[in-house]
Amino acid sequence: MTARRKGYEGVVVVAPTTAPYQRFSIKTAHWWIARALGDCLASARIGPRDIDGFSVASFTLFPDTAVGLTQHLGLSVRWLDHVPLGGACGVVALRRAARAVQCGDSTIVACVAGDTNHVDSFRRMLSSFSRFAQDASYPYGAGGPNACFALLTDYYMRTYGARREDFGKICVTQRDNALKNPNAVMKHPLTMDDYLAGRPISDPITLFDCVMPVAGAEAFLVMREEDAIAQNLPHAHILGTIERHNAFSEDVIQTRGGWAMEIDELYAMAACTSQDIDVVNTYDDYPVIVMMQMEDLGFCAKGEAPSFVRDSDFTICGDFPHNTSGGQLSAGQAGAGGGFLGLTEAIRQVTGTAGPTQVDGAKMALVSGFGMINYDRGLCSGAAILSGGDT
Amino acid sequence: MTEPLKPPPKKNPQRRTRAPTRPSHFRSRAALGLAAAAGEGRFMLQVCDRCTAIQYPPRDACSACLSIDLSWKDAKPTGTLIAETTVQTSTNTYFRERSPWRVGTVVMDIGPSVIAHIHGDITVGEHVRLVNRLDRSGQAVFFAMPVHGTDNPEDDLQMREMTCDPKFRRVLITDGRNPNSVAIAEAFVKAGASIIFVGESEAWRPYPNQSALRGVDNVEILPLDVTDTNSVQVLSGEISGKTDILVNNARFIRPGGLFDRRDVVFAQQEIEVNYLGLMRLAQSFGPVMRERAADGTNSAVSWVNILSAYAWTNEPDFGPFSASNAAALSISQALRADLADSGIRVMNVYVGPTEDEWHQPLPPPKVTPGSLARAVVTGLRDGLEEQFVGDIAEDLIKRWRDNPKVLEREMIANRGRA
Repeated sequence: MTARRKGYEGVVVVAPTTAPYQRFSIKTAHWWIARALGDCLASARIGPRDIDGFSVASFTLFPDTAVGLTQHLGLSVRWLDHVPLGGACGVVALRRAARAVQCGDSTIVACVAGDTNHVDSFRRMLSSFSRFAQDASYPYGAGGPNACFALLTDYYMRTYGARREDFGKICVTQRDNALKNPNAVMKHPLTMDDYLAGRPISDPITLFDCVMPVAGAEAFLVMREEDAIAQNLPHAHILGTIERHNAFSEDVIQTRGGWAMEIDELYAMAACTSQDIDVVNTYDDYPVIVMMQMEDLGFCAKGEAPSFVRDSDFTICGDFPHNTSGGQLSAGQAGAGGGFLGLTEAIRQVTGTAGPTQVDGAKMALVSGFGMINYDRGLCSGAAILSGGDT
Repeated sequence: MTEPLKPPPKKNPQRRTRAPTRPSHFRSRAALGLAAAAGEGRFMLQVCDRCTAIQYPPRDACSACLSIDLSWKDAKPTGTLIAETTVQTSTNTYFRERSPWRVGTVVMDIGPSVIAHIHGDITVGEHVRLVNRLDRSGQAVFFAMPVHGTDNPEDDLQMREMTCDPKFRRVLITDGRNPNSVAIAEAFVKAGASIIFVGESEAWRPYPNQSALRGVDNVEILPLDVTDTNSVQVLSGEISGKTDILVNNARFIRPGGLFDRRDVVFAQQEIEVNYLGLMRLAQSFGPVMRERAADGTNSAVSWVNILSAYAWTNEPDFGPFSASNAAALSISQALRADLADSGIRVMNVYVGPTEDEWHQPLPPPKVTPGSLARAVVTGLRDGLEEQFVGDIAEDLIKRWRDNPKVLEREMIANRGRA
């Protein structure tokens, strides 16, 4: 057993911010990050000179990194982080920033993730995503993540009996949720028939299993609880977090993620069980990954996610509110911003500021991240449990 | 069951010829080791020198023990297909034009899971055999084949993209006067080539296989003298637009070391045929073939050079001849680079002493026209880049790879042993 970890007492998360997404943008990642950061600071009623910590996640900043952004955006900070972990960047940025604030290395950390989406951005990114992808997966049909996840989905369906309708239910209910989120890119209802009739992409994956790449950005602030109270800011506590990379490398194909290794630690640190969670925001780049998270985060046993999906209602008013903003499947995937989407929504939920997507009485939320199909599987996984201000 | 390939319809010259595209050719330096193996038809993986762990994808350090000493070794290529997908929409033009395209996850019997192209005759759960092939980008990919016998496996459309199969293709053999021309033409007939053009220089001057060549099915004899730029250009104007496979077997050879000759007359002839002849052919036929690399069932697909293995190291008793072949080997690499964009494969077939009058006093083993011809066709079917035919050529390349400087001394020591 590893050493017992310290909690995050005295540290809070505030000012969840979304720069409304666009399908394509002629702006740069710098512009999107500036926009989200500006809105975030404004909502916390502070200025750029008040933050002394800065954390950035983005795929399209090249040739810049976080440090170039400090000059570009006029920030002078004493703590700086760049988190190139794709869908896990939200949880990872949060837990790093929380320790920085807790230990006094920084007083206020602004965490931002976002990307632009030019007409050709996605195609350009695929061939050079990682060395193993370049060498060993992209040359095989150049299907990108669609093809990689199609293989995982095919295997999962054969092994655990998941049906297309089960994945469809996840997508359809998230669309219902998205219709209540004014920032969601998808504005039209999606029926099961629509889902099943979706254009084939990479069998068994069809159109509505895939996220839509968009331009956009997400942000939040990590600060001391006393400062949040002094500023009268709605704030969320961090009850527990986990992170694990390259878990279960001996598995012949991915059927589980790093959550399964760390899950006991997560609930022990948060001193709760899966039953205590009011809202769950999983990383939903493809519905099969949502099912793996349901299992690995302890909401059902391995292989039982298909029946769990059948027996649960994932809508905002349902018995298992899930991806209440619509998730990436319906709100859009703003590059690295996709790794923040569930987290900003979870902060809103537990602080009672989610507006139209608010789950009644939401006190505790679990958010999980997943990222980086380096070759044949996602390497990064993380999760965090947040609670409202008065816990 | 693979649908047998149908003969291509006659080309409509008014229709646009499909432009060649290719899969992604970007690879790390480590991954290029796989391409080197594929060029010779070998299935190899990196193995850790310290802990023997087998690695995939190619990398720079062992994922089991962190050793930085990894060696490419021949590996058992069998496994089980555990998942598949059919890519219906791709971001890459090459695959877009050829979709739907099947790929799958194969768990190898020796451990690693690999993503591979999969043959149409296999289904999930089946035991498969992986082959390491060059795709149209010239880079290596794995292809999962059925282990049980099936009908026309080579006609699978995805498989055909990884090979240079002569079936329904049109071939130019550049030198009818070479004693190997009949055997090569016959091998292409047997492999299903539709037309075999054979170049003939100085037709008025009889040669031993002249009538035999005219007796081979589908052979069309055309005037070609590779030492004459005009002759090459004229023939190119006539048939380069329908040359799918070019086999350059033109060769000028005279025995003798450097001091055995008193002048450079033979050497000039050797350079004219063996080096400049290849260059003339390349400059006339290459640019046209390159444009036709995606032209359907009988697209331009391969360029074959038959070279002496002594292109790699000088055989002093054939010193100037070896030098002309070294020049040809070098320019073949330039040709390969210029054809790379199109996906046309340059295959060099290296032979030791051949069974002909110029090697008459040498003892066996010597390469017969028949075994050379079989190697050419097999190499095309396997999409190879380098082939060493016969015991002497194979022995030579082994020694060269072990230590070229040691081999140079061995060539001196072995001198005149015949």
